[in-house]
Amino acid sequence: MKIRVNVNGEAQEDDVAPRTLLVHWLRENLALTGTHIGCETTLCGACTVHVDGMAVKSCTMLAVQADGCDVRTIEGMGELDALHPVQRGFWEEHGLQCGYCTPGMIMAASALLAQNADPSEAQIRHALEGNICRCTGYQQIVNAVQHAARLAREGK
Amino acid sequence: MPVKPIHVGERIKRREDPRLIRGMATYTDDVKLHGMLHAAFVRSDYAAGRIVKIDATRARALPGVAAIYTADDLRGNVGQTPAWVVLPGMKHAPHPLLADGEVRYVGQPVAVVVAKDKYAARDAALAVEVEIDSRDAAVDPEAALQPGAPLVYPEFGTNLAATISNPHADTERLFAEAHGTLTLKLLNQRVAPVPMEGRAVVAHWEEGPQKLTLWTSTQTPHAAKQNVAICLGIPELRVRVIAPEVGGGFGQKIPTYGEECLLPWISKKLRRPVKWAETRTENLANAAHGRGQVTTLDVAYDRDGRVLALRGKTIAEMGAFVSMLGALIPTFTHLLAAGPYTIRAVSWETSCVYTNTMATDAYRGAGRPEAAYYVERAMDAIAAKLGLDRVEVRRRNLIAPDAFPYHAPTGAVYDSGNYQACLEKAVARFDYTGAIAARDRARSEGKLAGIGVATFTEVCGLGPSTGTAAPARAGFWESAELRVEPTGAVTVMTGASPHGQGQETAFAQMVADYFGIDIDSVNVIHGDTDVVTHGVGTFGSRGLVVGGTAVHMAAQKILAKAKRIAAHLLDTTEERVNVDGGVFSVVGGARKLTFADVASAAHTWGVAVPGEEPGLEAVARFEPSGTTFPFGVHFCTVTIDRETGQLAIERFVSVDDVGNIINPLLADGQRLGGIIQGLGQALCEEVRYDESGQLMTATFMDYAMPRAAMFPRIELDSTCTPSPLNPLGAKGIGELGTIGSTPCLVSAVLDALAPLGVSHVDMPLKPEKLWRLIQQAGASRA
Repeated sequence: MKIRVNVNGEAQEDDVAPRTLLVHWLRENLALTGTHIGCETTLCGACTVHVDGMAVKSCTMLAVQADGCDVRTIEGMGELDALHPVQRGFWEEHGLQCGYCTPGMIMAASALLAQNADPSEAQIRHALEGNICRCTGYQQIVNAVQHAARLAREGK
Repeated sequence: MPVKPIHVGERIKRREDPRLIRGMATYTDDVKLHGMLHAAFVRSDYAAGRIVKIDATRARALPGVAAIYTADDLRGNVGQTPAWVVLPGMKHAPHPLLADGEVRYVGQPVAVVVAKDKYAARDAALAVEVEIDSRDAAVDPEAALQPGAPLVYPEFGTNLAATISNPHADTERLFAEAHGTLTLKLLNQRVAPVPMEGRAVVAHWEEGPQKLTLWTSTQTPHAAKQNVAICLGIPELRVRVIAPEVGGGFGQKIPTYGEECLLPWISKKLRRPVKWAETRTENLANAAHGRGQVTTLDVAYDRDGRVLALRGKTIAEMGAFVSMLGALIPTFTHLLAAGPYTIRAVSWETSCVYTNTMATDAYRGAGRPEAAYYVERAMDAIAAKLGLDRVEVRRRNLIAPDAFPYHAPTGAVYDSGNYQACLEKAVARFDYTGAIAARDRARSEGKLAGIGVATFTEVCGLGPSTGTAAPARAGFWESAELRVEPTGAVTVMTGASPHGQGQETAFAQMVADYFGIDIDSVNVIHGDTDVVTHGVGTFGSRGLVVGGTAVHMAAQKILAKAKRIAAHLLDTTEERVNVDGGVFSVVGGARKLTFADVASAAHTWGVAVPGEEPGLEAVARFEPSGTTFPFGVHFCTVTIDRETGQLAIERFVSVDDVGNIINPLLADGQRLGGIIQGLGQALCEEVRYDESGQLMTATFMDYAMPRAAMFPRIELDSTCTPSPLNPLGAKGIGELGTIGSTPCLVSAVLDALAPLGVSHVDMPLKPEKLWRLIQQAGASRA
């Protein structure tokens, strides 16, 4: 099936098998390997991307369902000299260790901050319930999101 | 050598992170090669049985299928799954890469399909018809030892793989003399390590140069190199293993797996690169599990609550085959059985049991969380028996600060410690008295509230190589190579291949300080066996203790040579050169050379230094003379909802001692991650098989993982008792959190349920289990 998807600001046209998962299309066809596969069952959040601004698990969405949508992946979040506040928060607060869950965490956290610029710790923890991290114990991820919220509020 | 600590001890953010937070790191599944094929495994649906027929006719006809292999293709052409530790007298059968005639656990690979892409490979794998004549499985490890139990290996006539006896001469006498004795039967349930990146392999045999390059998500790339070379029957010089970005390991990625050995064989046969990245179900079912012990513990104590002796009988699940280090793990339980306490005698007997389940191996802590759990449960039980405060019982039992190095009755030698200082700091930080008052207030309002405590030590940085159970082909040293570039920049090559720990940052901090250079002038390379001369890996909390010490040793060698070069350039003698933070000066003189000056001179060699070779590099291997013993004290408070059994952790305080710390930010991360992992085991995690050996926890729907909203903010504090066993004074940190947090939470839950008369519970502490205990207690009172 032919699809047109805007990915990280670039229009992409492709002809994909209907069963192709969005995450596989991003990784295999567009070489956007920053979106990771952790469970293929929507339960770990490693594959979280933004579809029309919403945090979506790309392992249980078909590429054809993204036809006509705006998709943003971790690669579209910030450049080295202009990181997204959430990326800066994760770096500053040691919000990652092995890094495998991190792109999904950053996409989930940035979707939260887009809706709630000043979330409480409980709200952050609740918003990240769908994303599993095995390394950090979550605390430094919470710190990272709080740090990012501060940066964003201060317009930095 | 004086060192100006500019970077060491600072909370420096990680140098690994820019690539990781931008999604631009390369994990194994991100590797894509020209002509690459994809593998999918056909796995056994049954826990035990005979393979009657494998029919791949239909699968072979599917589009894109390149090849399908079964044991018939492998027999005699390739080796077996690596098992490095086979205990003396152990009944051990080689484990084939693909099931050969018999299947012994659910998920055992039966056939492998290779196809043009992942979808085609999985389609074809589903189309392979496997007929298995199934039979009863041995699942419960205690039942597996009973006469008449189904046998995993009928040829052995028993499921008992090995018995490890560690008797102590004084145990029986101390039991006879004891004021009291008690017996606990304790389960340390089987759990899954669950790195977020599952196992992944890309094998690329190049027929021209006759060389295999193997990308694999492993903690031990050099072990994989040897294992794969042996399995394929090719010289190890023909194998290059690359552990690129590795998405967590937790012990599960220490072993070299059958799949890692099989893909290279396929690539060599087809002369095409082949990739396999496991599914989460494969990871939960067929990557090594952890823990899995049942222990009966007899405790002898005096009238003051001091433990005199322990007598333990452990049944340790091996699973259906012996994983690479699987048989080694239960030996650590005995080694640490006495914990931080002055117990005079420990006798232990461990039965290693085969069952029709996935093999067990190292999981964060590996045998020591089990030991800590047992002895902490014993401390709480003694307090209950004698009506003593649980902290007071521990105070009376802790090893005194002047007793180090302490020789435990298990044979372990504890390097250093000050357990009292750590305990009292934790008591103050937690406000133990205040917490008791608050708990009692809550109880008077009808709530179920409890306080948990655990005091613990553990054994890290395993060594020396001669003093540990003899694994074939491996030592417990670690390597480092430092190469100084002509500009004075330094490349560090470490054998301690990391998977999230942050060696690229911590080792750079150290090297920058040794040479007085900018941290951005240090590059740390790891995980490529063609680049890193040799190495062992990152596991057992050894990254800094052993790997970092090797870096330190190599740096000292470089400084020594640099000093000799500087002496010649400064027209003085070596003895008169003062080195401080990478600046070389003549004692009492004004002339100075920087490290970069010396590096440049070493490379240009415009001035030949007599007796020296040009260049500036060094290789070192650190062989530990003994093991380190970090320790700590954990406290927590919990409440349990009477109506639902839902457990809430209200507060968790961790005061730990890991010796000297290079980067407190990274150290906090290790501690926090470990604590939550330990709490995960106590709260919700368990691998469950049904009575037929079917895995009931094969997805994240069924295997309950710790998630963000389940925990309060963990409060961290520390004491610092450096280890005398390495020049860094480091004790190891990676596993610490998982040692203490698990018994601490169970302690709190039993305290909360004590008013109901509940004195025993097994992990995990799921709401249903707690609800039933509350209901039963209510019924028995009514």
